[in-house]
Amino acid sequence: MTQINSGPHRSGPAILVEGLTKSFGEVRALRGIDLSVPRGTVLGVLGPNGAGKTTAVRILTTLLRPDAGRALVEGRDVVREAAAVRRSIGLSGQSAAIQEELTGRENLEIVGRLYHLSWPDARRRATELLEQFDLTDAADRPAKNFSGGMQRRLDLAASLVGQPQVLFLDEPTTGLDPRSRLGMWGIIRSLVAGGTTLLLTTQYLDEADELADEIVVIDQGLVIAAGTAEELKGRVGGDVIEFTVPDRDRIADAVAAISKIGDGEPHVDTETGVVGMGVGGRGSEALIEAVRGLDAEGVVTRGLALRRPSLDDVFLALTGHAAEETEPPGKRRRGRRKAGQDTVKEAS
Amino acid sequence: MTAVAFAPAQPGEPGLLIRARWAVSDTLTITRRNLLVWMRVPAYIVFTVIQPVMFVLLFRYVFGGAIPVQVKGGYVNFLMPGIIAQTAAFATFGTAIALAQELQKGVIDRLRSMPMARSAVLAGRLVADTGRMLVTILIIVGIGYAVGFRFENGVVPAILMVVLATVFGLAVCVIAAFTGLAIGDEESVQAFGLIWLFPITFVSSAFVPIQSMPGWLQAFANNQPVTYVINTMRALALGGPIQADLWKSLAWLAGIFLVFAPLAVRAYKRAA
Repeated sequence: MTQINSGPHRSGPAILVEGLTKSFGEVRALRGIDLSVPRGTVLGVLGPNGAGKTTAVRILTTLLRPDAGRALVEGRDVVREAAAVRRSIGLSGQSAAIQEELTGRENLEIVGRLYHLSWPDARRRATELLEQFDLTDAADRPAKNFSGGMQRRLDLAASLVGQPQVLFLDEPTTGLDPRSRLGMWGIIRSLVAGGTTLLLTTQYLDEADELADEIVVIDQGLVIAAGTAEELKGRVGGDVIEFTVPDRDRIADAVAAISKIGDGEPHVDTETGVVGMGVGGRGSEALIEAVRGLDAEGVVTRGLALRRPSLDDVFLALTGHAAEETEPPGKRRRGRRKAGQDTVKEAS
Repeated sequence: MTAVAFAPAQPGEPGLLIRARWAVSDTLTITRRNLLVWMRVPAYIVFTVIQPVMFVLLFRYVFGGAIPVQVKGGYVNFLMPGIIAQTAAFATFGTAIALAQELQKGVIDRLRSMPMARSAVLAGRLVADTGRMLVTILIIVGIGYAVGFRFENGVVPAILMVVLATVFGLAVCVIAAFTGLAIGDEESVQAFGLIWLFPITFVSSAFVPIQSMPGWLQAFANNQPVTYVINTMRALALGGPIQADLWKSLAWLAGIFLVFAPLAVRAYKRAA
């Protein structure tokens, strides 16, 4: 794919954001964020629901005006040169923005027509994308009969009809089953290999890890950390040991038993009896020590396991509070998120 | 990656002429899409065609006998202009619901992030829905003829009646587009439609002579736009004095467009 860029800032970053703020009434969705995404790279924007990820994407894709600050896409201002920005971007949101009554092919042809391709070109482009996204067999069935994964692939295909230089994917795998998720990752990787600049929001650390060159972590409208996946994981402290203590009175004993093993203080949820602790890179070794320690104290535990750091751990490490499930009123489109609402925990 | 000739982002803005051509072609594309969707969903056809047919049969044969009217040709002639206007108004449920759904599903976000004409989503919706409405009106006229309705005032006034009904439907469509985009939730939009469309069409001259209503209700029924429009349609279909109702109808319709078209456009721009 050729990336002929005729923008005025050819050498600058594909996306540049400075001091962006946006409030919805009382809720300050963005409190001044800065981003810079070099051409042909992938930025992962990581954060819980309500962190401001979607608001940022909506501003960058010209759907929302910022209160202050500026945002350039391909060197063009998203407010003053919105029309030019729209010609160089593609957007795939949290839900499949497709017309379910129409077939996959019809959906793509209509988008092609709206990009002002001729009918034959719109048809050809639709056929190409259906092939590329492995939808050829289902192409002429109404999209409502597609599986969730197929609908999202069709939605992603629709965002590529105009051959965007910069692609925005807002939680592309939220609500997908693990297999569809892996399929989506494969597709996204191939797009990036083709040279497209990508901004991807996600609630999943492993997704950002898998796909992004750089990651920024957003919480409550602020960028609280930025770096590569490795750098962030370093700050989290590697793997985590986690278990449940059914007898709440014994939690203190359990904490005492493992506190010497970990890197920092164990994290305790007294309500659920869940105890977790970062153990750095000494995963299995630390696990054995934990088992010995708990056994010596005679503490009964359930579900003792070693797991990869999750978004919750990143948040805990960076902010001292867990990733909360809050939704600001600013995201006014009710029901749009249905699917992935409670999937944060599963990602761990 | 592709063989398709494709124009990447050009420096500067395309000229006015090209933009005007795009606006037209985008509107037609959206119109075409909306009509395709309409034809694929049996429920939409039932709602817009079968339901008014049932109303015709119900009022013609069940209630009609009990409603005395002083009109040439009897109750069926009195009834049909009213049913047609109500059908046009009710057809706009589809407008509001479709826009609310598109908003909810993110379709409008997708369209607004594309370099297409911004007016096309609303314009295409109105063109498609008006076409759909016209088809429905013609079907109802046909059903009316089958159950004894006759135009008594000549061909041109009959055509003008259909035109007026369609323009009235378009005006209600604009209101519905505004409510659909402003409320943005399918079920609420539907409930809201019931709340205002039922009273305004039933508490009018559509089904019964207004003199048969209690005084306080007459005050409303006599002075609301649906009554003016239906009286005008009735005069066009059956003959009789038309002046006063015609001007009031046109003034109301013009007023509705002037107020609600900008509101709908604003709601679309803000639908974020």
